[in-house]
Amino acid sequence: MTSIRLQMTAPLHYVLRIADTCLIHAQRLAEWCGHGPVIEEDIALTNMALDLLGQARALLTRAALIEGEGLDEDRLAFLRDEDQFFNLTLVEQPLRKPSAHAAGGDFADTVLRNFLLATWLKALWQRLATSSDAELAAIAGKAVKEARYHQQHAADWVVRLGDGTPESAQRMRAALARAWPYTNEMFVRDSVDAEAEAAGLGPARDALHDVWRAEVAEVLAAATLALPAETPFIATGTIGRHSEHLGFVLAEMQVLQRTHPGGRW
Amino acid sequence: MRVDAVVDARADARADACAPKHEGRRVSIDQAWAVLDTVPDPEVPVLSVRDLGIVREVAEHDGRFEVVLTPTYSGCPATEVIAQSVKDAFSAAALGPVTVSYRLAPAWTTDWISDNGRRKLREYGIAPPGAAAGTVRFHPRRIACPRCDSRETEQLSAFGATACKALYRCVACREPFEYFKPL
Repeated sequence: MTSIRLQMTAPLHYVLRIADTCLIHAQRLAEWCGHGPVIEEDIALTNMALDLLGQARALLTRAALIEGEGLDEDRLAFLRDEDQFFNLTLVEQPLRKPSAHAAGGDFADTVLRNFLLATWLKALWQRLATSSDAELAAIAGKAVKEARYHQQHAADWVVRLGDGTPESAQRMRAALARAWPYTNEMFVRDSVDAEAEAAGLGPARDALHDVWRAEVAEVLAAATLALPAETPFIATGTIGRHSEHLGFVLAEMQVLQRTHPGGRW
Repeated sequence: MRVDAVVDARADARADACAPKHEGRRVSIDQAWAVLDTVPDPEVPVLSVRDLGIVREVAEHDGRFEVVLTPTYSGCPATEVIAQSVKDAFSAAALGPVTVSYRLAPAWTTDWISDNGRRKLREYGIAPPGAAAGTVRFHPRRIACPRCDSRETEQLSAFGATACKALYRCVACREPFEYFKPL
């Protein structure tokens, strides 16, 4: 089915960044369904994926209204191409090994990414709860409660594994080294952020940095994990330029609607 | 999903009770609330949607009812099932067509679960939630076992069969149980 092309405006771009980050993060976490290291964690990961998917749906519905051309959450999720997704690049990185012999994919990556993102999302929702857009504020007021549980759960795992066995600690250090360069993108300030901030729509990303870093540093210290050195790398998913991984996520997520347009359960 | 203006439903309910109203309308609104008492939460069927505290408002305009609900969790799959159950229940009670709409703000909190609902949860084997407001760590680590009342319990996992519950076990009676997390 033909892809849709959006006429981008700053408010639409701003909301899609958050919506897509939740959506693709949910999609990656849901890949653990039936593959969790223990059944309780399998259930926890998919529960968090479900919360994130619900948040994404509400935000995409809002984005469709801002766009104003009669789109809806489904069309935005299933009919946009890769360059019109604006999620943080971190969330599209693979989490699970597709096979035992494949490279990458470690439960440590899941635990760590979930923690870094839940901490970021919590800080974002807290500020977005006072948005000049009443609907965004309502969505955020609800999501912040869910993000607190995600952060708490992920932080428990970070401490358990980081301050665990030599093997678990080594894996957490490796996962942290892999994830850390992508966190720069969480705090970039560009014209979309500046416009959103000026309009009272929501915070610019750089405003989230200090609280995020303080909370992350506290948990990493408890986990006996050192904060990695800063790198100059800035990922570009939030401006629609993605790593090679997003296309595969979208292929799986969109195939049904692209093959059977408008198909319903 | 449409978000209506923020209205305190309890204040509305009090205002409704005080205002002089046409007798017929009063009866039918009461009937509508009574019907909602029979609509179960699909995930925790001992609770009605009223016990759960998700019904914000019931109104009637020209013979058509409107029920305003507040969803529990953003991703709760029960939300759509509940809307259909409300429509089915109104239809079965011959109360005619009903519109179900949603109000996100203020966000649902487990503090809105009624005392009756808390009792039913405990009897069902689910520990009812503690107070949500002002909690720093979200659930106290010692939850009373709904079977034997012992506080010698431990958390197995922060997420249970649904997002709203955590898994616990009782060290005293050795039984596992679920805890409805404060939100």
